[in-house]
Amino acid sequence: MGKPSDLVQGTLDLLILKTISLEPQHGWAIAKRIQQISNEVLQVQQGSLYPALHRLEQQGWIRAKWAESDSGRQAKFYSLTAAGRAQLEREKKSWSRLSTAINLVVEGA
Amino acid sequence: MRWLDQFRMAMLMLFRRKTETARLNDELGFHLDQQVKENTARGMSPDEARYAALRTFGNPTQLGEEARASWSWNWLEKFLRDLRYGARTLTRSPGFALTAILVMALGIGATTSLFTIVRSVLLKPLPFRDPDTLVMVYEHFRDSTNGDGFNVVSPADFNAWREQTHGFQNMAAWRNYGFDLTGEHQELPEVVQAAGGSWNLFSVLGIQPALGRDFRPEEDKVGANQVVLLSWSLFQRRFAGDPSVIGKQIRLDSAPYQIIGVLPRWFTYPDARVQLWVPYASTFDAKSFARHDMHQSHVVARLSPGVTAAAAVNEVGALQYQMHLAHAAEPVAEEVRLRPILEDVTQDVKTPLVVLLCAVGCMLLIACLNVSNLLVARSAARRKELAVRGALGGSRLMLIGEQMAESLLICLAGGTLGVLLSFGATRWLAEHWSDLPRADSIHLDGTVLAFALGLVFLTALMAGLLPAISSTGSGIFAALQESSRSIGGSLSRATLRKTLLTVEIALTVILLVSAGLLFKSFLHLRTSNLGCVTDHVLTMKYGLPEKQYDTREKVIAFHEGLLERMRRLPGVQAAGLVSTAPGGGWDNDYVFTLPEHPSNSFQLQNDALVRSADPGYFSALEIPLISGRIFTEQERLDRDQYTVVSKKFADKFFPAENPLGQRVTVGSLRKTYEIVGVVGDTMWDVTQPIMPMMYFPILSGVPEQTGSATIVVRAAGDALSLSIPIQQQVAALDPALPVYDVLTLQQVVGKSTATQSFSATLVLAFATLSLLLAAIGLYGVLSYLVAQRNTEIGIRMALGAQRSEVLRLVLFDGLRPVLIGLVIGLVGGGTAASFIRSILYGTSPLDPIVLATMVASLLLTAVIACVLPAIRASKIEPMQALRIE
Repeated sequence: MGKPSDLVQGTLDLLILKTISLEPQHGWAIAKRIQQISNEVLQVQQGSLYPALHRLEQQGWIRAKWAESDSGRQAKFYSLTAAGRAQLEREKKSWSRLSTAINLVVEGA
Repeated sequence: MRWLDQFRMAMLMLFRRKTETARLNDELGFHLDQQVKENTARGMSPDEARYAALRTFGNPTQLGEEARASWSWNWLEKFLRDLRYGARTLTRSPGFALTAILVMALGIGATTSLFTIVRSVLLKPLPFRDPDTLVMVYEHFRDSTNGDGFNVVSPADFNAWREQTHGFQNMAAWRNYGFDLTGEHQELPEVVQAAGGSWNLFSVLGIQPALGRDFRPEEDKVGANQVVLLSWSLFQRRFAGDPSVIGKQIRLDSAPYQIIGVLPRWFTYPDARVQLWVPYASTFDAKSFARHDMHQSHVVARLSPGVTAAAAVNEVGALQYQMHLAHAAEPVAEEVRLRPILEDVTQDVKTPLVVLLCAVGCMLLIACLNVSNLLVARSAARRKELAVRGALGGSRLMLIGEQMAESLLICLAGGTLGVLLSFGATRWLAEHWSDLPRADSIHLDGTVLAFALGLVFLTALMAGLLPAISSTGSGIFAALQESSRSIGGSLSRATLRKTLLTVEIALTVILLVSAGLLFKSFLHLRTSNLGCVTDHVLTMKYGLPEKQYDTREKVIAFHEGLLERMRRLPGVQAAGLVSTAPGGGWDNDYVFTLPEHPSNSFQLQNDALVRSADPGYFSALEIPLISGRIFTEQERLDRDQYTVVSKKFADKFFPAENPLGQRVTVGSLRKTYEIVGVVGDTMWDVTQPIMPMMYFPILSGVPEQTGSATIVVRAAGDALSLSIPIQQQVAALDPALPVYDVLTLQQVVGKSTATQSFSATLVLAFATLSLLLAAIGLYGVLSYLVAQRNTEIGIRMALGAQRSEVLRLVLFDGLRPVLIGLVIGLVGGGTAASFIRSILYGTSPLDPIVLATMVASLLLTAVIACVLPAIRASKIEPMQALRIE
């Protein structure tokens, strides 16, 4: 398992932030949601999901809370902080700039 | 608000780390369970579902570790873990740990002590207002050959400078003085060291009296109403700290003085011995206050903002040159010189302190090298362990970190112990080093502790890095492949150890050479011939107050009465009076002319120290009479125009003539003396060259010239036991007259060589310790090498090598780094010796005896350290060595 490249790591942060922006989610649900919404294209590696979640928490973008899950078991739910919401906007902007640029290159050539 | 979240997390991670770890495991477990559930829902059996989940999930422990790696304080956790491992490894070999800790404690402790002293004495600014703008101004004689060219100032010169120049913001003066202190009602008399300070001295320094007021300008006049400022220590000691003494009277030399104030507790300038201050002018009579040729004052000046020191001193210098021209026949200097006040206070101890600091730094370096050497040996023994760890995934950085933690632990423990040691050592030094200026300002504080902590990390780095790097290098896995019987295994490690050892030996040699030179110079001082008998001689001083003893007859009556009483005391073999005993200091000097050899202008070289002595003084101290005669009892009162000169005087001023019958005119006394005898030279200070000396009859009785005297008594037995009987005789003649400086002649010499004694003894101690450390290092390396080469030596012997050959082999193997280190060290020692040249007395920096002794002692120690392992090697039984393992 190699270290995720900058691009992957950057997008994973974006994906996580976006996923929990609607409602608080636990790690399992975040991975599932990303998988579903992307039509099973994006498979989140468990090996990078939890380190990423913990890193985002340390940086103050997201906040964790222990609550009961659907199955009735205690799970750690992550939600966005105000700063995290702003960060999401920034990440979104930089992503769209990046993807537009890549599109331009790929389509234009 | 993001920082608030970050801070909350940081605190959570720091203080709730255990809970958070448990929660992380819960979180991962939850994820795994969800996966298992999903798999079961797809129709897998429970076991199958679990394995499949684990397959997609990966290793939960490693995942946890990776998530934890993103936590804050992770570095701290790693560091603590390294420390824990380090502590565990150390406790596994307590002998090694203890040795290493003790070695570091000595090194760090000694360095911290010296740093404390150097910082307090040499670096800390003096506790005055803007001390950087304070300078000391001195006269400078162009053709002066004595001393450092900074000559004390005469009162008339100082007054002219202050009134007629404007380069300095302000100028103040002080001079040392002494008083007999008594109260109004016959309290116990005592001699106090005092000082006269110009009225503006304290305001120039920026000092406010703690109680009462400062001097006023009108009090700083010759013959003004007399006032006195007490030092804090005298105020506490003699007046019990009672503030009501202000305004009261005390008697100094029988004259009444009014106490006007008390100086602050911390004020100990120029040194802690000064007990009270009187106005500067009041320590002179009108005649001497107007003199340009009597030098005794120190001038403090504050630089003006905007005027450079050079410009200010040039202006004073120009004025001084005019005064020199106006008094061409008198000793009035041509120039002035200045130096910063801090340098002025510390000049005598600067070099010794720097030398000591260097020596102690050298010792610390040797201690580091030694610990480093021990660590290399240990890491060599742990090669396999390290290789296994490396193979199991320990990164090189991690392995280095772990070993560094070990050396950090050693240094931390050593540092803690060292600081405790230095606490005591610093205190002891400050108390016992009597010449040390500013000793009262020496104490451990935050800066010193920070310094010690810095030392701990620095030494940990120095001691630990090399072994850690070398033991975790690319060859680390070779240890796994090596067969247990390989013989050339860790050759590179042995080379590293030998290199460390060479450096250690070189440093030790430098220390040994410096120590040897300093010690020889000190011995030279202590055994230098004062020019008189020094065994069983007691000296003590008294000064007759001029107010009571105002005529020649009264002075003589006291002196003679005392001599007669002393000579009758049992146990006294001989007694005499002299103004200042041999080794007791400069006292006074006269510039004179020789009527038989007239010269056009004043010559500075015609300068000699002066002593007043009674006829019995010379025989009491067994100062030999070379030609002519000593004074007679009849040469007294105004029949005092006779002088006895020293051999040096006769040789210098009458090299080709008979000095007897020649005449000497002392300009400042306006009097001509006839030389009646020549006696042997005596030293005025054992650390200084002999000066020409003139003796005048103390029985002239002139109060201002002969009122102060030193009793010298040669005893049949223990000289100090005579001190009480003699003091009783003094009290019988004048109960209000105190005596002071009751010392044997040897103690007088000891006092003036205290700094030399300290620097020589300490450097020698450091050198001896270093030698011991080097010997331990040598022994350790060689023992290790022999153990490593056990099999090889066995094979050699099986093939026919003789035991003596093996002995020689190992011995030379050990002595090679010693010899290389010795050569390097001798070169370094030569450089160090030229650096300490200025504090060596009568000892050449390349003294062959010192060099030979030191080289011999090093070689002897080295051979002893090498012989033991060598003998062990030669006793190896070849069959046993080959059969091992």
